[in-house]
Amino acid sequence: MIGQHNYTTTPTYNFPPQLDYLQLPQTFIELSLNSMKNIESNYLQPNQHPLTPPSTEQIADATPIMKIQHPSTIKMIPLEHNLDEKPVVAVDVSSIKIGETETGILCAIRGAIVWKEKNRYKYQRIGPFPFHITEQNKKEIHKLFRNNNFEIAEEGRTPNIANIQARMGNLLERWLQLGISCSAYGSIILWDGSMTAGMADCPVDDISRLLEIARNRLSTVLAFSKNTTLRFSGHKLTDYAEKAEPPCLLQINGFPLSSGPVLLLGNVYVAKLTPGVCSFRLDIDRKVPRERGIEAVQSLLRSDLLIQSYPETLRLAHIFSTFTATEVIGIQRFIAQQYGLKIVTRPNVRRLLFGPFGKGAEGYQ
Amino acid sequence: MRLYKKEGNTLQILSFPNDEVEKGDYLLVEDTNVKRKLITQVIDVQFASVPGLLEELLRDSTTEEQIYGENFDPLGVSSHINHIQDARMLICKIRGTMLNDRLHVNSSWLPSRSKSGITKIPFNSLLAQVGCNEGLPINIGETKDDSPLNITAHDLDGRLNIITGKKGTGKSHLSKLLVLGLVDYKATVVVLDLNGEYTGLGLSAKGGGNQYSDRVHVLTPGANFRVSLSKMDLGVMLKILVHALALPGTSTREFKHIWKSLSRQGKFSLQDLGDAIRKSACNMHVRDALFSRYYSLVNSGFFTDNDEEATGFEKLFEKTKKDGGALVINLKDVSSVDRQIVLEYTLGNLVKLLGQWKIKSVFLFAEEAHLYLRETYWEDIVTRMRHFGLFTNFVTNQPDTIKENIYRQADSIFLFNFTNERDLETVSKAARVDAETVKSIAQELPPHHCLLIGNAVKDFPVMVKVRALDIKTMGQTRLFFA
Repeated sequence: MIGQHNYTTTPTYNFPPQLDYLQLPQTFIELSLNSMKNIESNYLQPNQHPLTPPSTEQIADATPIMKIQHPSTIKMIPLEHNLDEKPVVAVDVSSIKIGETETGILCAIRGAIVWKEKNRYKYQRIGPFPFHITEQNKKEIHKLFRNNNFEIAEEGRTPNIANIQARMGNLLERWLQLGISCSAYGSIILWDGSMTAGMADCPVDDISRLLEIARNRLSTVLAFSKNTTLRFSGHKLTDYAEKAEPPCLLQINGFPLSSGPVLLLGNVYVAKLTPGVCSFRLDIDRKVPRERGIEAVQSLLRSDLLIQSYPETLRLAHIFSTFTATEVIGIQRFIAQQYGLKIVTRPNVRRLLFGPFGKGAEGYQ
Repeated sequence: MRLYKKEGNTLQILSFPNDEVEKGDYLLVEDTNVKRKLITQVIDVQFASVPGLLEELLRDSTTEEQIYGENFDPLGVSSHINHIQDARMLICKIRGTMLNDRLHVNSSWLPSRSKSGITKIPFNSLLAQVGCNEGLPINIGETKDDSPLNITAHDLDGRLNIITGKKGTGKSHLSKLLVLGLVDYKATVVVLDLNGEYTGLGLSAKGGGNQYSDRVHVLTPGANFRVSLSKMDLGVMLKILVHALALPGTSTREFKHIWKSLSRQGKFSLQDLGDAIRKSACNMHVRDALFSRYYSLVNSGFFTDNDEEATGFEKLFEKTKKDGGALVINLKDVSSVDRQIVLEYTLGNLVKLLGQWKIKSVFLFAEEAHLYLRETYWEDIVTRMRHFGLFTNFVTNQPDTIKENIYRQADSIFLFNFTNERDLETVSKAARVDAETVKSIAQELPPHHCLLIGNAVKDFPVMVKVRALDIKTMGQTRLFFA
């Protein structure tokens, strides 16, 4: 009896995830509306660089650098196409700064869940939800958000206004991930980012809980990072996959499991799943047996379309959550019309002072 | 709507779908600070270039095929995003400015971008402002906002007008409407009716006569329109021989001698003319040339020796002297040569009578005139004959058959749909309007809609749906699968 799994009759294709089940809408709408209705400002100053990369991603990748000086081995694991096709579901969230008011910043958050079912992709977009974040309401927003939906440890500090947008995005992402973990069964769950926990918006307990729920429902979480800060001998980890024959995983052994408060909850691999120049850091839940983790990647090869080693489901989740410039203008218009704000474009100080030499932030465009 | 850009006399105005502005509409850009208004006309409606739109569309296009799903958007932000996607850029031409409610044709003034309000001008108020309804109105139809559009008969008086558009768009119908509109004001109209389309002007759609029955006179050459040599002027006869029958110079001189000789003898029958040519002591080739023309005249059936049968040209105009009327010269089933004989006779006599001030001014409607009018007539009609009181209205579906200098002198153009760019290029040479307006609007005109350009609408181009007429439609194409 030891080690015997409890097989249930839960259907394999149990999507789409129900929003009711996620218990998301009402609380999030209230949060959004509460923050917006108390705008004490007459104007909205649009963001001058509306399409700078969403901060959520910057924060997600802001894993502390762990330089690996002596890895015992870098082992290549060739992959075979598994005949077992599984449902694939991916989650991604984007947040964007919409503009500023006299008292704070306006941002918008949107999440997307994409799942592949019988050769068709389906998606559910949640949002956009606009938020007005001020010094007065930021604690309230954060507290309300945690209390109602995602129990973050009390020691999590309230971030400053500039970072709260990204934090909220991350919290929503965890929230959606929780919903997927709870509703998916026997599936491959794709996350955008890593399984690094221990930062303010990624508490170890919460991430562990997400992974545990997924494990108990025979799902495997695979986290793909587009950028990684992990390095070996000065080289980026993903550089080691350049000459590897796809599909394969490079198993990196000897990682320290923790660095201060930061904890790696996954085994770290470099995934090169298709021919091409791209490879990605792939974290697989550490508590999933190694073989089952590799089987999950092999199932992914069969179950999803892979372009440049990246799963299509996750790519679509990113596309559906990301804000385009048109959407930013639309949201600005919505806020201005709904809350009676006048859109005022303030002069660009850099341009005023330095003319064509005033690069800085806009130089990235 | 917001003012976005001005380049030359072109304005770009940002608008949204709920503004309900279409091509051809007039907009008033009002700068309340300086109490000035700019009158502009929308000549094109484009999508506004919104940043990120391409990504948006690409994303949406993927969802239509193998990817589908739904949006949970409880705050309704998406509708605002869609609104941005549907933003339009109105390309407008400045038609004039208004200062203290007075109209000026001046586009040098630039209104404030931030302070100006933009509103749609109803056509009836625009037309009232520009003074389109002053006396002797002829109702053409309805504008886009269902306002009646009248031009005045004065706009056709002493003017050169062109009605053009591709086949089946309603040119002849408008032409008939104008003819009857002029007849209503007791004007005399001569219609050169190539296909017998105007012969039903005096008949109602249900059959039977209509209010114009006694004022529409259909003249069919060879039937009720025949002339005798005795009432013919030598000048007119020479025009027929030279221009319609291409008689060479030497033979023309010989014909003059023969004609003068007959004139002295008082003999003017066809028989006498034939005998005189036969007896003429001229070169054999000249005689042959004269005989061939003589038989053309005889075979045309247009000439008669019976004075009772013959139509006196001056008498024709007496019919229209009191209450006006239309003289429809039915050229249907008339051969090309005979058609030219008839027209040389008609126009020659018309100019003669006008030159002698024997008749009042005449409005001439010439359909597909290139088929029967010689090249030299064009300029003659447009420049010289106008001063005698012959006011021409050309109707054609081949705009390149009318010379460029005629377009430049046209006072009004009634432009129907054209899809061919070359045709539009030709029409756009008209001096009364910019080429962009012609090309942009005319391509999308539905059937029975025309764009009025020029003097008739005081240089404010207006799209109009031509009204129906209670007349019997003639000239339908005879179909095989009818």
